[in-house]
Amino acid sequence: MKINNVILQTVAKIVAFIILTLAVYLFLSGHNSPGGGFIGGLVLASALVLLFVVYDIEKVKNAIPVDFKKLAAFGAFLSVGTGFGSLLFGAPFLSQSFAYFDLPFFGKTELTTVTIFEAGVALVVVGVVVTIILSISEDV
Amino acid sequence: METLITILAGVLVTVATYLILSKSLIRVILGTAILSHAAHLLIMSMGSGLKNGSVPILDEGIGPPVDALPQALILTSIVISFAVTALSLVLAYRTYQETGTDKLDELRGIKHE
Amino acid sequence: MNNILVMPMVIPVMVGILLIFLRPYIKAQRWISFSTMIVNAGIAVYLLNRIQTEGVLRLDFGGWEPPFGILFVADSFSIILVLTTSIVTAICLLYAFSSVGKEHENMFFYSFINFLIAGINGSFLTGDLFNLYVCFEIMLLASYVLVALGGKKRQLSESIKYVVINIVSSWIFLIAIAYLYGTVGTLNLAHLSERIAESGQTPLLTVISIVFLTVFALKSGLLLYFWLPGSYSVPSTAVAALFGALLTKVGIYAMIRVFTLLFYHEQSITHTLIGILAGLTLIGGSIGAVAYKDIRQIIAYNVVIAVGFILVGLAVATPIAMEGSIYYLIHDMIVKALLFLLAGTMITVTGEYRIDYMSGLIRNYPLFGWIFFIVMLSLAGVPPLSGFIGKVLVGHGAIEAGSYILLALAFISSIFVLYSLLRVFLNSFWGETIISKEDKVPMKNGWLIPCVLLTIGTIVLGLGAEPLAVYVEDAANTLMNPQIYIDAVLKD
Repeated sequence: MKINNVILQTVAKIVAFIILTLAVYLFLSGHNSPGGGFIGGLVLASALVLLFVVYDIEKVKNAIPVDFKKLAAFGAFLSVGTGFGSLLFGAPFLSQSFAYFDLPFFGKTELTTVTIFEAGVALVVVGVVVTIILSISEDV
Repeated sequence: METLITILAGVLVTVATYLILSKSLIRVILGTAILSHAAHLLIMSMGSGLKNGSVPILDEGIGPPVDALPQALILTSIVISFAVTALSLVLAYRTYQETGTDKLDELRGIKHE
Repeated sequence: MNNILVMPMVIPVMVGILLIFLRPYIKAQRWISFSTMIVNAGIAVYLLNRIQTEGVLRLDFGGWEPPFGILFVADSFSIILVLTTSIVTAICLLYAFSSVGKEHENMFFYSFINFLIAGINGSFLTGDLFNLYVCFEIMLLASYVLVALGGKKRQLSESIKYVVINIVSSWIFLIAIAYLYGTVGTLNLAHLSERIAESGQTPLLTVISIVFLTVFALKSGLLLYFWLPGSYSVPSTAVAALFGALLTKVGIYAMIRVFTLLFYHEQSITHTLIGILAGLTLIGGSIGAVAYKDIRQIIAYNVVIAVGFILVGLAVATPIAMEGSIYYLIHDMIVKALLFLLAGTMITVTGEYRIDYMSGLIRNYPLFGWIFFIVMLSLAGVPPLSGFIGKVLVGHGAIEAGSYILLALAFISSIFVLYSLLRVFLNSFWGETIISKEDKVPMKNGWLIPCVLLTIGTIVLGLGAEPLAVYVEDAANTLMNPQIYIDAVLKD
């Protein structure tokens, strides 16, 4: 099926970036305020789904050459793996910690181990959502 | 507020029951999704109540927060029902492809081929 | 630090994820899954021995003290079940190697087996009611996939029923959790137990306990077993064996845990109800087991009978009956796996489902026939085999408590089990052989070895009841005295 919808395609190009920015914001703000890996991941996935809707699936797949099943698996691996990280330090499973660092440009920044866990969650959500959408839509 | 939410949960259960009892597979799946949302509202109205404190977010100048546990439960439960709904949708789609129908009564009596 | 407690759940999760990356390498997938189960069994043995010296163990996730965080608690009962699960799964995997077929093994079969085991072990180990729900869901999601894997029409239509039933029962579980949280204000099992004991089990709490009973009855097939024969007859043999051996047992475990730790104050209501349900299950299962000629239906109804029998022990609720239930639970996990494997193999070699179309199998496959004979005796409870000790102890407990009706039903159901399997044996194994030498499907070693291993399992469990008694006694003791569990969790 060939779609030729100039307005939709032009708007989608811009909107996709806005959605991606929102996703990153939600993801990073998730530690102490509303947001987090799950929601960030969902928003990110919605940007990808928008691209899939507006452009051809083949086209987007060529632009983003990622196997989303493996992406989801990698995310799950990362999330569960952070649980194992605490074992190395002799702490109970799934322990977390945080510290403040002085980074160039950002100034005093709080870095947490939860962020790694959340990144894993976000990857799982993106991978799973896109896989579902693709597997339902691919063979019509 | 609790009364309102409880009534809403009841309405959702009614809707879900109606959908689950229908013959179309896709409606049954939508029904189960709505059913789980009714349960989430119920969890929310349980616990220490809806408006007995401020938002459970770490911030300055707010009073004692509400019990955050129901929200954690609901979040977990939403994720689970998301996964289950996705899986059953795929299952329904596969069934439709294999049998060419999404009516439950037509699926009856399929023997092993 | 008790970090090892979480391993029976997390190792299968990690392995399951890793296997997704190893999709093309089926050999590697097989042996990695198999060794995971062996490692789990090793961990369970280690933990079981530690519990005997150190008492009930616990692990607070992320260092959050109970009752605030979630935690895993290991007492003898849960670890015995983890151990049995690991062994049975390892053996079923051996069977799967030579029966599932490459095209399905390729579709993440071993990943989902690992996720299934993670959910089951998590359910056994968790010390938090909501976490129990989550682990149930992990297990069920994996099981939905495994039922439908293969994508035949019948599998799909049965799996839809199975999925919808389980979604509704999970919903009831969630409702029960919500009500309990609204009433008592906590979800940690030990803390719940303490608070319910403090306030006394009010009528409201008893009603909530009945809601829980409904949920677990649906999951374990206690009277509400209408979905069970259909769903357990469609998946491939190895998966059906795992389901028959493990899934209903998780429901039984949850029921035993909830009704010995939380709601044990109003036994005249709750335990009487469990007794009635168990009695009806025994009757219904017995009728089902003798009514059908499809061998898959017969063994599915045998699962139902076992559920009733184990819960007779819970209904009676004396220490001896509880020991009997635990023994019978272990026995049933091993023997039901074996029974499903045997039935699946019978179907594979003959290509028939009905027992009156099979005949004379023992002439073609003598060892196989004798294994079936041993299983039959074991399920009926003939002494040197593993079913005997459980039946004796449950019966002893029922006499102590004066529940003669349950006693009678439990033992009459044993006769029905014997009759239904004897019918299979007489029809399918005796008589003139229908398989000519040319058409004979060779019995693969991969089919026979798991069956032999499980048969050895039931014999060893029967003969080795004495050394095992220490652990089972401790498990029953912890179940009958909730204070041990509470102290282990809430006191440092």
